[in-house]
Amino acid sequence: MNKVPNRAVMCEVLKEAAAAGDRDVVVLCSDSRGSASLSSFADAYPEQFVEVGIAEQNLVGIAAGLASCGKKAFAVSPASFISTRSYEQCKVDCAYSGTNVKLIGISGGVSYGALGMSHHSAQDIAAMSAIPGMRVYLPSDRHQTRKLFEALLRDTQTAYVRLGRNPVEDVYEEGRVPFVMDRATVLGEGSDVLLVACGEMVKPIQEAAGLLNDRGISTGALDMYCVKPLDKEGLLKAAAGKKLIVTAEEHAPFGGLGSMVAQVIAAHDPRRVINLALPDAPVITGTSREVFAFYGLTGEGIAETVRKALS
Amino acid sequence: MNSLAVKAYDLRQDVLDIIVSGGGGHIGGDMSSMEIMLTLYSRMNVSPDRADDPNRDRFVLSKGHCVETLYAVLADKGFLDIEEVKARFSRFGSEYIGHPHNTLPGIEMNSGSLGHGLSVCVGMALAGKMDRKRYRVYTLMGDGELAEGSVWEGAMAAGHYRLDNLCAVVDRNHLQISGTTEQVMSPGDLHARFAAFDWHVIDVADGHDIDRLNAAFDEAERTRGQPTVIIANTVKGKGSALMENKAGWHHHLPDAAECEIIRKDLKERKEALMRE
Repeated sequence: MNKVPNRAVMCEVLKEAAAAGDRDVVVLCSDSRGSASLSSFADAYPEQFVEVGIAEQNLVGIAAGLASCGKKAFAVSPASFISTRSYEQCKVDCAYSGTNVKLIGISGGVSYGALGMSHHSAQDIAAMSAIPGMRVYLPSDRHQTRKLFEALLRDTQTAYVRLGRNPVEDVYEEGRVPFVMDRATVLGEGSDVLLVACGEMVKPIQEAAGLLNDRGISTGALDMYCVKPLDKEGLLKAAAGKKLIVTAEEHAPFGGLGSMVAQVIAAHDPRRVINLALPDAPVITGTSREVFAFYGLTGEGIAETVRKALS
Repeated sequence: MNSLAVKAYDLRQDVLDIIVSGGGGHIGGDMSSMEIMLTLYSRMNVSPDRADDPNRDRFVLSKGHCVETLYAVLADKGFLDIEEVKARFSRFGSEYIGHPHNTLPGIEMNSGSLGHGLSVCVGMALAGKMDRKRYRVYTLMGDGELAEGSVWEGAMAAGHYRLDNLCAVVDRNHLQISGTTEQVMSPGDLHARFAAFDWHVIDVADGHDIDRLNAAFDEAERTRGQPTVIIANTVKGKGSALMENKAGWHHHLPDAAECEIIRKDLKERKEALMRE
């Protein structure tokens, strides 16, 4: 079992950039450097680290000001806060003003488990995706997280990235990580069913595809880490000829990956789509693992949904 | 008489033209903030022929609704063509909209929603410190805007980081859309409040007096180890008794008869200044 959380990988990539002499990389935290695994960045590069205290609106505004002066600003704060408390700064100061701010939502989704709805970010995909010019990424494992952050360091537009708190099992093998920016990654081909997911739900659909293929239901799986811009072409190619498409996401049932996939399928190649997501209600108390199991967001649960739908 | 003081009345005529042409605008605050923006742009290290100079001074109009005055001042500096602004303001498809937009030359950041500018300027000032550049960063806020909590987040950070390359100006005209600032949400003792956030505070008794404003900006430049806020006491709707100190003129669109009175008043004030 992998023990490296994606947030730690983010820190490694940012430290590597700073170590290579990129003095424009600036990391900002809102009393969140520990939760973000960024303490070692702050210690190693104090002149490239800005602490703003518990003030998420200020975090994003300051990041935008830094970016407007040529900095590659990474504003890092719990996903629940950065995506809602500072939503207007994300909209006006980052996307609308065209500043190169990377908004990093840590401990995303239900990572904070028993801390309750105030700390869950089940609205961030919908909220951020609705902003013109905002890109939205949910990497699935540590290897893809590395590729994504390396790509984000090279580009100059704003983006929102959601990372989970806990280590997640690898989806990819080290050294064999297919990654093209803004293109979904095909995890497996199949002729009957297509499973689509982002972030922490990618591992469960990979497992579900394995279970279904073992039982004779030919199933493909797609890692749509780039929720916006959604890889429409990749989706339609993967969906062609399938009897059923199932999406899975750690998000409210409205406005997230499932809504966007259904929108594309309905418009271009109508066929049945089932969206699996968290409920439109406060999420039950528990660890991420317990919560996912309760709502059927596991390999077994997703496979069961497919079997029922096809029977 | 300071030639800028006279120019302020010419630019007020431009602002009136822009608003009338576009069918709306925030005339009260435009008129109260005219000398502040005009003085600032007479000092700032900015020029249209080097709009992207990394060493340029930065200005963010946090009270973005006073963009008509910014347009007039930017046009005076050669960034914009005033006749084009007048002809196209608020028209279908126009880039001259009712709040600052940084696709236009000379505008750094988009604003409109209040309480954003100070935080952005903190970031700009921090970048200047990191890169050991000598540029200065300015923002203009309204007194009503100070009710936004985010202003005080930015104020706290500016004090904490001792950003002496940052200067904020408060257009203290005492009025907002619903009435006086004291009635709507009292800003209290602004001097003491900013001082409590570790700012150097300068009160300018007459925020329409160019010499006093220049003296305040000079003092801000000399101040070390602290950001400076200039509390500029102004008159909302300054330039014509018809609109001065009247909350209703926050965004009132003058009709033809009102325009005639305002134009006459502006002309008389200008002539009086020229006689001094």
